[in-house]
Amino acid sequence: MSLSLKTQGAATLRLLGKPFGGIGGAICGAGLGLFIFVALFAPLLAPYAYDAQDLARIGLPPSAENWFGTDEFGRDVLSRVIYGARISLSVGLTAVALSASAGILIGALCGYFGGRFDRITMAAIDLTWCFPEILLALVLVAILGPGLNSTVIAIAVAYLAQFTRLTRTQVRALKGETFVEVSRCLGAGHAHILLRHLLPNALAPVIVVAMLTTGDAILLEATLGFFGMGAQPPTPSWGAMMSSGSAQLFNAPWVVIIPGLFVALSVIFINVYGDAILAALDVKNRIRRA
Amino acid sequence: MADYVLRRILALIPVFFFVTVVVFMIVHLVPGDPIDNLVRIGVTPEQKALIAARYGLDQPLYLQYWRWLTLVLQGDFGSAIVLRRPVMDLIRENIGYSLTLGGLALCFSALVGITTGAIAAAWRNTLVDKSIMGVVLLGSTVPAFWLGLLLILLFAVTLGWLPVSGAKHWTALILPVVTVGLGGMALVARVTRVSMMDIGRQDFVTLLHAKGVPAWAVQVRHVLRHALIPVVTLLSLRIGLIVGGSVTVEYVFARPGIGSLLIRALGQRDYPVVQGCLLMLAMAVMIGTLLGDLVQAAMDPRQREESR
Repeated sequence: MSLSLKTQGAATLRLLGKPFGGIGGAICGAGLGLFIFVALFAPLLAPYAYDAQDLARIGLPPSAENWFGTDEFGRDVLSRVIYGARISLSVGLTAVALSASAGILIGALCGYFGGRFDRITMAAIDLTWCFPEILLALVLVAILGPGLNSTVIAIAVAYLAQFTRLTRTQVRALKGETFVEVSRCLGAGHAHILLRHLLPNALAPVIVVAMLTTGDAILLEATLGFFGMGAQPPTPSWGAMMSSGSAQLFNAPWVVIIPGLFVALSVIFINVYGDAILAALDVKNRIRRA
Repeated sequence: MADYVLRRILALIPVFFFVTVVVFMIVHLVPGDPIDNLVRIGVTPEQKALIAARYGLDQPLYLQYWRWLTLVLQGDFGSAIVLRRPVMDLIRENIGYSLTLGGLALCFSALVGITTGAIAAAWRNTLVDKSIMGVVLLGSTVPAFWLGLLLILLFAVTLGWLPVSGAKHWTALILPVVTVGLGGMALVARVTRVSMMDIGRQDFVTLLHAKGVPAWAVQVRHVLRHALIPVVTLLSLRIGLIVGGSVTVEYVFARPGIGSLLIRALGQRDYPVVQGCLLMLAMAVMIGTLLGDLVQAAMDPRQREESR
């Protein structure tokens, strides 16, 4: 199993088509910037507080006062979506940052030192491939107890194998290059070679994959939230909003539709913008070489 | 080839054992005592110990694991704590629904994905290509459960064409299959498109054109055939996506299945059911990956040599 998985990251990456770039990339970059801006300045931008209930205005459709309508407690959906951007984006980013850092560390050590340490570690990490990401995350959150911290950790573990594999492949490919040998002949230690020579050259594709994975992580967070495993009420993550809204799907569909739309939009923005960066940096060739 | 098949199957055995350890351990790390869910308030510690002994929860972990593993290998996952029935019966009742949904979703992903990908590649950089790839982009970015809810809203509630949920009639399968399959379809279409464009640039394709082979025959008979190898790899690696997708979609459509069984058991802290379902789902992923490897090796003899 490990053999086919080893080539998988590179093969999949090489083959994922990049039909969008140019103007599309620019628009999506701007959209992403806007989302981050909204998330940062949520308290200034939201017309109402995210937990302000108005029991006289329950389940109202979108109107001039509540652009996206109100939910089952009479809370303004627009305000909750704006605050939700904070939770969803920061959970996605933190989880991927955590996962990528751990993956880069483990992958670099495995790729550089090889041997039995590498085999055992990678076998353990490959085990996570046997469980679909969503299952792994669901079970981990169940173990750690529902909440945002466990969501971050669960998502980070779900993507750990991918980052470890990718970094390991990169480092292994670079290890044999002449400049590494030269540096070793000059008396450089392992730490110097790893930090100064191997990682800077190995990281470009890892960073792009990290960016693309952030989209997946936001999706995963939404799914966990939908199962009631993520942000706990009244905290408004997009997934949690859809979860509570789904009970009223037939009466107030906008409570479900609108957060989902924002999840989809942010994932599209991240993917297209990531693809555009990938094309611009031409990291595809580096990955191919690995 | 027989040699290769055997080696791949043997290679799965240690993986299987590690997976059983993980499945066993995961569930024992969960906080919350299943006995507390089982007994009424006011029960004496002696009575609790008696119940713990009945389910073997008082023994050291490695003994519990060994006992569990020997039973699992005989197809016995123990008794569900909350539902008070053999876990194997529950799995047997539900697995058919999951296999139907997963299998059909896989077929949907493959057929629709390859077709649309090939069409997009044949009319590359035209409006056809751009609109197909646009839909594909949407398909891979929408949360599956959200798509499921929207489809329910549109086709079941507003139009009234299809049932909202359940599994009583075959029409109840249409929406779940589309929901699960769309993510996979998007990936397959993308990979088919790029792969066909890559192959199309090779010399033998130019030669075929020069020999006067009709353009459609070059595309369908030669280019598509070569282009399918990475698609098969992708499909087998994405088995997990389909299995995982089924879990959420079963829940949304209130369909019976291993996924909804697992979600319910997680909420109730019903260890044996969680273990049984997780092991089933992990095995589905392992077998799917294996089948994918084998199909790939059958299509591309170089793969068989590489793994020696």
